[in-house]
Amino acid sequence: MKRLFAYLHPFFGRMSVGLAIKVAGTLVELALPYILGMILDEIIVTYASSGDTRGGLSAILLWGGLMAVCAVAALVFNIVANRMAAHVAKDVATAIRHDLFDSTMRLSCAQADAFTVPSLESRLTSDTYNVHHMVGMMQRLGVRAPILLAGGLLITLALDSVLTLVMFSVMPLIVLTVYIVSKRGVPLYRRSQQSGDAMVRVVREDAQGIRVIKALSRKEYEQGRYEAVNEQLVHDGMKASANMSISNPLINLFLNVGLVAVMFVGAIRVNSGLCQPGTIISFIQYFTILSNALLSITRIFMMFTKGTASMNRICEVLDAKGQDACESASEGAMALPESADRYISFENVTFSYRGKTDNAHNISFNLPRGGTLGIIGATGSGKTTLLSLLMRFYQIPKDSGTIRIGGKDIRTMTPAELRSRFGIAMQNDFLYAGTIEDNIRFGRDISHEQVVHAATMAQAHEFISKLADGYDHKLTVKGTNLSGGQKQRLLIARALAGSPDILVLDDASSALDYKTDAALRSALREDEVINRATTVIVAQRVSSIKHADLILVMDQGAIIGHGTHDHLSETCPVYREIAESQMGGAILE
Amino acid sequence: MNNQSRGMGRSINDPRAAQNQKMDKARRVRVFGRVLRYMLRYKWAMLAAFCMMLISNLLALAGPALSGKVINAIDPFGTAKGGAVTGSIASAVGAVDFDTVKTYCLMLIVFYAISAVMSYGLAILMAWISQRISYTMRREVFAHLTELPVSYFDTHQTGEIVSHISYDIDTVNASLSNDLLQICASVITVVGSLVMMLIISPLLLCVFVITVPVSILFTRYKTKKIRPLFRKRSAMLGELNGYAEEMLSGHRTIKAYNSEAEIVTRFDVHNTEACEAYYRADYQGSVIGPTVNFVNNLSLTLITVLGGVFYLMTLTVTGLHPLLVINLGDVSSFVQYSRKFSGPINEFANILSEFQSAASAAERIFNLLDEPAEPADKLNAETLTNTQGIVDMDDVHFGYIPEKEILHGLNLHADKGELIAIVGPTGAGKTTVINLLMRFYDKQGGTVTVDGHEITDLTRDSLRRAYTMVLQDTWLFCGTVYDNIVYGTEGATMEDVVRAAKAAHIHHFIESLPEGYMTVLSDDGVNISKGQKQLLTIARAMLSDAPILILDEATSNVDSRTEKLIQDALYELMKGRTCFVIAHRLSTIKNADRILVVRDGLVTEAGTHDQLLAAGGFYASLYNAQFT
Repeated sequence: MKRLFAYLHPFFGRMSVGLAIKVAGTLVELALPYILGMILDEIIVTYASSGDTRGGLSAILLWGGLMAVCAVAALVFNIVANRMAAHVAKDVATAIRHDLFDSTMRLSCAQADAFTVPSLESRLTSDTYNVHHMVGMMQRLGVRAPILLAGGLLITLALDSVLTLVMFSVMPLIVLTVYIVSKRGVPLYRRSQQSGDAMVRVVREDAQGIRVIKALSRKEYEQGRYEAVNEQLVHDGMKASANMSISNPLINLFLNVGLVAVMFVGAIRVNSGLCQPGTIISFIQYFTILSNALLSITRIFMMFTKGTASMNRICEVLDAKGQDACESASEGAMALPESADRYISFENVTFSYRGKTDNAHNISFNLPRGGTLGIIGATGSGKTTLLSLLMRFYQIPKDSGTIRIGGKDIRTMTPAELRSRFGIAMQNDFLYAGTIEDNIRFGRDISHEQVVHAATMAQAHEFISKLADGYDHKLTVKGTNLSGGQKQRLLIARALAGSPDILVLDDASSALDYKTDAALRSALREDEVINRATTVIVAQRVSSIKHADLILVMDQGAIIGHGTHDHLSETCPVYREIAESQMGGAILE
Repeated sequence: MNNQSRGMGRSINDPRAAQNQKMDKARRVRVFGRVLRYMLRYKWAMLAAFCMMLISNLLALAGPALSGKVINAIDPFGTAKGGAVTGSIASAVGAVDFDTVKTYCLMLIVFYAISAVMSYGLAILMAWISQRISYTMRREVFAHLTELPVSYFDTHQTGEIVSHISYDIDTVNASLSNDLLQICASVITVVGSLVMMLIISPLLLCVFVITVPVSILFTRYKTKKIRPLFRKRSAMLGELNGYAEEMLSGHRTIKAYNSEAEIVTRFDVHNTEACEAYYRADYQGSVIGPTVNFVNNLSLTLITVLGGVFYLMTLTVTGLHPLLVINLGDVSSFVQYSRKFSGPINEFANILSEFQSAASAAERIFNLLDEPAEPADKLNAETLTNTQGIVDMDDVHFGYIPEKEILHGLNLHADKGELIAIVGPTGAGKTTVINLLMRFYDKQGGTVTVDGHEITDLTRDSLRRAYTMVLQDTWLFCGTVYDNIVYGTEGATMEDVVRAAKAAHIHHFIESLPEGYMTVLSDDGVNISKGQKQLLTIARAMLSDAPILILDEATSNVDSRTEKLIQDALYELMKGRTCFVIAHRLSTIKNADRILVVRDGLVTEAGTHDQLLAAGGFYASLYNAQFT
């Protein structure tokens, strides 16, 4: 909430003016029933008793004219105030959403993992929407309802304090009703939502598994499975509705009983000369206003709770800033002069994502500039972890080893300094709705020629030029209008386009057939710039890495074999097993 | 007073608002007719609901009239009707007619109490009806889904299907249970108030001749102007959300390429657009609430002035025309009725727009229900029994879109127990062959036979039972491990399941799960790797005694060591069955009895591994590529 006030702060001036106008607009509206009562009680009675019909008429018209003026003033004031509120809300929401997205983009990977992508997504979308809505509505309803309630209370007190007391005596009952119904309602509602989720899950599962269901002729079984969740949903939904159904009739009943009580007590007071009949009519009017204000307040309360919860979720991300920054040179390990045989070096690196088991355990190796590193191993063996550490998506703790590039501890580099060296393509990497060229360029300063050159090397140029609009071809979200192999080639082109110092291919060619894969490899070898780049290849196919200068065989976070293909074929049983399963023992001989 | 924003609120938050286009009249009538048929199943309940609503609203309508009587009983001039009051004004002190006051107060309480009970009963009844209708609709939609051909699921996204069965059905029923009722109640209230006001004072009613048209014209004008703005606002917000969602999925890549600043700049464009659209809609929308209040206040003012004048004249002028005679209680009742009267009128526009979105939702549901189901089996379709597993395809033509043929006369033959590998570049039609064999799609030309029977002459069930398959996308549902394995094989015992799991090399893993075979597989439950999922589906296939096996890319997406495990399980599975295998990995393919190379919708090469290598064609070049 403090955060929200900080965002509102620049607008305090405008907001105060808007609020003042809103208050004025609400007050003039409150004057209407007061004038109504006055005309009926004082003016008419006075003039009727003096028999001055003409004077009475002009007095009624005068006061009626005042009512009309009040109505017009209420209209103008409210519209102006509402528009000012909308303007402030817009500016605040724009600022919050910008800051939130900016912070989100700057989260470190560990932080992003902790938040999870769906949660970040909902913070950016529905939470900012809720806050926008809240900021707008709080300036409108949030002012109007309390003023109506307080003003109504004051005026009715001035009119007749005893009747006011009678009128407000039903309020506790109404509050109690709302409290009990919503308290009982929350778990019921949650349960029916869960049943709804279960129902949707079955539909989702079946839509995805329709081939299996049809192949096994399990139609009736699935219908039975659905019947069960459907029944449950109806049952839970009915329970939740039944609970909610009591609230409106009960509240209306209490309000109406209060009204009757006012009339009855009013009758007694009129009889004793303590009040006048017109006052009762004014009270009936205020009653309508108050009950509406009361309804608004419950709505405001709900909106406020929702908005605050959303703002808190937004603040969690805003406050999480800054873990991606680098450390000063003095805090990191001492820089060493780069030597010929060690451009990239890992020194006793140990890392764990969750602090339980080591995902990388005591990793050490050296790779010379321009060399090629191949990493192979089962899923979960730590291959991608090594890359993530190398690019500092995750930071290794201080006493858990050092990673150096060109002799410099990567912890002491800024993210830009470190990552601008890399070109990286991952297995299921990111393609977005945009042209092919944009996807390869990816916001960098790269000429069209370089894009085409990279695409050619990546074996993507051929299929791109076959498209009607070539490099201007629009991809759908996640590039679903391309095949798996085409996507991978675009990703590789993206990695190559920046003429990277270090090229990282993380299982980037798994969807390519052997022929294309081979053509890609030879194209990379033939290109002067790329051939000079230091290359790291993570692969599941031995053929992708067998020519590497150094191959690491990973198993459960540790290196269980390292060396060249020939060396490993002789010394590392796991490597041999993988190689044989892929190529057949005979061919290896 | 603030209720006008309710309807608006719902349509703003409606994520599908942009899709709710206006329907022409004929379509609207048709849709409404079909919805009506669902409601008629509960006609007695509907009738009871209607009666309750009538009673509840009429009793509530009596309120202001009765309270007017109370006021008159209190007012010293209450009994003065048309007679001028001369001399000193009668004081109210001690003049209150308490018997009348008590009687009417009691009546009011009773009326309000009955009205409350009725509206509670009504709410329950309507909730029940709408739940029953939702239930029926969902059941019918789901049953129809299971009847639809595979092509429907290939061409429609899962999210879309889910939204029909949840969001659309909910929208229709929210409308049925709330809006319909509200319209009925509104009509009763409006007509009732009008009648009551007419009885009290036809002259005062003239006020509404001015204010009601003003109010209606204004709201119509504004909604017409505002609706496209709100639609734009939803669309812009949707775009913003889409962009944010997309970029979040690329968080790591964006970091890797240092493109954060660039991406944020692009986000700002969307952000500004979305906020501006929100503001523009708000700017226009902010007029509605105050204006509606203004019209109400104006009515109140006019009624007060006119009513005051009449009342004054009633008190002072003798021989007044009876139409002009009015007393204090009447003014009070009239003002209350006027509030009741104008409330629903302003709501009508919102309810109408909600009806429109409900009608669009209903139409989407009916469109789904009208999707043609898989054509029924032929009348004299045979049941395939004791299948040997001899499969032939002869001159088969097929295209997913008829104009775009994918298979141009494909031939293949598989003998009992043979292992047939299908290889070729992506998009060549490998998976299509499988789709045709199992009749997920029907061929457009040529013949496909199993054991010499043309497959279109067989019942689909018996044909499909002849196959068992393991696909690239493993499909497990939320249920126990046991349920997932036994799925599709009726009458399998626990021993059978364990045997299948052992053969699939997954028994030890299952035993290590917290509840063994009774462990429930769910998204947020136990952690199962891709490879283990694949082994479970292999166990499921293992349990089946179908003579033909289909393996579609069954081992991609799995690392090499797990692949080896799966491979062993698959060899076990293949034993004694005719097998069709689609795979990239040459090691899987090498052992095939026959390798078919599919290119551009035709089988271009066929033979064993060695034969094809010797032939030196496409296969040979593909194979040799891995050693360069």
